[in-house]
Amino acid sequence: MFDILYKIFGRDNSSSKNIARERLRLVLIHDRATISPEVLLLLKEDLIKVIREYLEIDEEALLVNLENDNDSVALVANIPIKGLRRAVNE
Amino acid sequence: MKSKVLVITSGKGGVGKTTTTANLGTALAMLDKSVVMVDTDIGLRNLDVVLGLENRIVFDIVDVVNGSCKLRQALIKDKRIESLFLLPAAQTKDKNAVTPHQMKNLTNELRKEFDFILVDCPAGIEQGFRNAIAGADSAIVVATPEISSVRDADRIIGLLEAAGLYDTRLIVNRLRSRMVKNGDMLDVDDIIDILSINLLGVVPEDESIVISTNRGEPAVMETSSKAGAAYKKIARRLNGEEVPLFTLEDERILDKFRRLLKIAR
Ligand SMILES: Nc1ncnc2c1ncn2[C@@H]1O[C@H](COP(=O)(O)OP(=O)(O)OP(=O)(O)O)[C@@H](O)[C@H]1O
Ligand SMILES: [Mg+2]
Repeated sequence: MFDILYKIFGRDNSSSKNIARERLRLVLIHDRATISPEVLLLLKEDLIKVIREYLEIDEEALLVNLENDNDSVALVANIPIKGLRRAVNE
Repeated sequence: MKSKVLVITSGKGGVGKTTTTANLGTALAMLDKSVVMVDTDIGLRNLDVVLGLENRIVFDIVDVVNGSCKLRQALIKDKRIESLFLLPAAQTKDKNAVTPHQMKNLTNELRKEFDFILVDCPAGIEQGFRNAIAGADSAIVVATPEISSVRDADRIIGLLEAAGLYDTRLIVNRLRSRMVKNGDMLDVDDIIDILSINLLGVVPEDESIVISTNRGEPAVMETSSKAGAAYKKIARRLNGEEVPLFTLEDERILDKFRRLLKIAR
């Protein structure tokens, strides 16, 4: 019953308006940071290359995203570590 | 009163810049302000037909900046309202026939004679845009409730800031309240929130705009036009009056319902 009312009153998250709003949010984050999803992917690959020299990371699970926090946009990376490499002193 | 130069811009084409310029110009003149509307869409002149003044054009903006005629000679007086004038765009000349510097001089010249100088900007972010904003004190951005239009508005707001115009205000045009109610159109709050910009007004989607454009008489002259009424409110706001923003009576009732539902859940 409430579900129907919610649909009628536009509270449904899958309404096309909400889809539009979320898509717009995302596209503007990228526009404002002048970085496209492709460039972000390149950045991610480079990040992996650098970090791999020091740490064993879960490359599949690595996430790099632009996130909007109030007025500022941050580059947020979540990099799961599998294990620290044993230091090799020569 | 110190005169104001306002540029009406959007980024995306066809969202209602020319319609907005014609209606706000006419409405301000109906409030006894002296108004000139400047069409800077060189090559795609349109403001003249929306105003029904297309048969009176002799000289245009390029003639004025070139010195081929005096500014006074190029200004077209409206046929209905005493204090309303149009400076038409050139239709056949090169888009780059005007420079930002010349635009600035032109608007300064117009400041001596008019309370409001409304500049109708072409679509896009190229030379025509640069020219249109060159002499402006502030900008009015027009957007429709669609992703592409709001996205372009965001870009334009950024470019305006880069050019030193910070006091930009938004007009949401062609809002369909039924679609908003059904959750199928971005609502004004969403747009304002995403763009973080001040709202100047909301104009509904309205067939009377098409009819008045056919006739060459801005909708603000038609008393029964809803869009016309919205533009009149915006004009009063531009004139410094405090006018409450457009809120649909039933929107408010709907909000109450939503609150009730939230509690019930
Ligand atoms: N509120 C409205 N309701 C219905 N139709 C509208 C409304 N506003 C504008 N239109 C219609 O939309 C079309 C485009 O409007 P207009 O020419 O003012 O846009 P524009 O932004 O100046 O376009 P361009 O970028 O080409 O200069 C016109 O046909 C106009 O009649
Ligand atoms: Mg136009």
